[in-house]
Amino acid sequence: MTPLLVVDGLTKHFPLRSGLFKRSSAVVQAVDNVSFEVNAGETLGIVGESGCGKSTTARLLMHLVPADHGTIVFGGTPVGASSRRVLYRQMQMVFQDSYASLNPRLPVAMSIAFGPLVHGIAGPAARARAMDLLQAVGLDPALFASRYPHELSGGQRQRVNVARALALEPRLLILDEAVSALDKSIEAQVLNLLIDLKARFDLTYIFISHDLNVVRFISDRVMVMYLGKIVELGPVDRIYRHPKHPYTTALLSAVPSMDPRRRTVKAPLSGDPPNPINPPSGCRFRTRCPFAEPICQEVSPVLNMVEDGGAVACHMLMPGSGHTRA
Amino acid sequence: MTEVPALTITEPSQATRRAQQGKGYWQRVWERLQRDKVTLAMAAILALLLVMVVFPAWFTVHDPYQASVLHRLKPVGYPGHWLGTDEVGRDLWSRMVYGGRLSLVAGVLPVFLAFLIGGFLGILAGYAGGLINTVIMRLVDVLYAFPSILLAIAITGILGSGLKNTILALTIAFVPPLVRISEAVTAQARHLDFVEAARASGAGIFRILYYHILNNVLGPILVYATSLISVGIILAAGLSFLGLGVTPPNPEWGLMLNNLRQALWVDPVVAALPGVMIFITSMCFNLLSDGLRQAMDVRL
Repeated sequence: MTPLLVVDGLTKHFPLRSGLFKRSSAVVQAVDNVSFEVNAGETLGIVGESGCGKSTTARLLMHLVPADHGTIVFGGTPVGASSRRVLYRQMQMVFQDSYASLNPRLPVAMSIAFGPLVHGIAGPAARARAMDLLQAVGLDPALFASRYPHELSGGQRQRVNVARALALEPRLLILDEAVSALDKSIEAQVLNLLIDLKARFDLTYIFISHDLNVVRFISDRVMVMYLGKIVELGPVDRIYRHPKHPYTTALLSAVPSMDPRRRTVKAPLSGDPPNPINPPSGCRFRTRCPFAEPICQEVSPVLNMVEDGGAVACHMLMPGSGHTRA
Repeated sequence: MTEVPALTITEPSQATRRAQQGKGYWQRVWERLQRDKVTLAMAAILALLLVMVVFPAWFTVHDPYQASVLHRLKPVGYPGHWLGTDEVGRDLWSRMVYGGRLSLVAGVLPVFLAFLIGGFLGILAGYAGGLINTVIMRLVDVLYAFPSILLAIAITGILGSGLKNTILALTIAFVPPLVRISEAVTAQARHLDFVEAARASGAGIFRILYYHILNNVLGPILVYATSLISVGIILAAGLSFLGLGVTPPNPEWGLMLNNLRQALWVDPVVAALPGVMIFITSMCFNLLSDGLRQAMDVRL
């Protein structure tokens, strides 16, 4: 079976311009040579610290920012900037800020109907679809259709955003921190709604979050990013039970535990991630890695298949890499 | 997948919600304006003024051009001329009412034209960004370097006096500030998530501008334009005063002020009256734009 979405070598470097003639003095390597696949019907979770390139990856996939390199193949067809209008009928995105992502001057039904209108669906049909979708996300259309965003709560607004994203009947939904800004109880409701909708509309999700518990709850596979690169990729159970990459291990041990015996005493990772403007040579994690060796400074590790599922980019898991633990 | 019952949110206070339901932005603005008595009073005065200048014959008995050597410079309260007469014996009240026509046209029309031109250029520059933005904004900066009165004087100086040239000069003088403000608010709105979301639905630039940008930026631009009207009236009067605007014997407040200048020692009250009209009108527009700004500052 061919995957629904194939991303190969996706790269985005933001030049930092300064000075009188706007010479680019430095480059932020937001996303660097990222390749992955998403299978139809699955949920791929993307986790990582802030600034690791999760959101930029989402925006690159949506062609909201142009990529420097890399190809995106959706459903077997390569997608470029020119064919992105077609892509948007297949792939939609829900943003983190539920308020900023709705036009404050439009009734929510109009915000939902906007996409179908753009794609040539007549006004009454588009409005009818907006009503159906409001119902589908658990908001009574009679009560909510003509309301404005400021008249809704955060959870209700995010439901509207989900409805808006579904209005073009996409097959893939990118959820960029879609539940992160919500209260825990509301977050659970929206997560359940997302699971419900996924089954109902036959959807595939890319779920981006910094909340590891939420990602574990909703994902089938997980992708861990660090400073614009994928460090580990694999089935959710394998990643959470047996993380292979030292960064994943550290990240997971930072999750607060309900079990007092499993509480971590020492912070697993100290300091901020290095500046993505001048990332460390070789393995980008080596400056914070307890197992770093000279080889890590020289060679950048590539993603390598591991036996119990997924792939890891670490010299320790690559036999013959030159690392003493390999 | 876990089995999840469809969640339909029901609200406790449905009656109160229904009362508020679907109350749009402009409805809220109108509600707030109704509570603002000062702004309403200003609007009423301006409305009265508008009726007066549109139908001046309803409010006057004398011909504003009818001079009389016998009745020169009569004081306020003179029988038959309740606001007195000017230096050639024309009824001052008639001239003030008819003069409002030219003053308002010369003050309001340039702002309206500049609002269209400046708003268009500013929104375009703000939304497009990049090279288009640089070209438009740097061109505007060139005009911006001159104070608006100097710019207006220079343009009428080149084109010659007259109402049409006054309007043209003031329009050119008002375009730069309006481009500036439109560009600023649009550039701000452009980076909001809902514009990204609209782009992510495949909408083109004009549809996004129409549905998502315009309704968010027109308010602030409109308020700013209203505040320029008072400046426009004063500038138009200033140009006439300097002899660059409306030409005699046409009644216009600035021109009347200039002509009555010599009479300042004979009858200062009569000489100051056109100035009072300019003052009242521009103050009304100022307070109106203040009130509008406050009413439109609805926290959504």
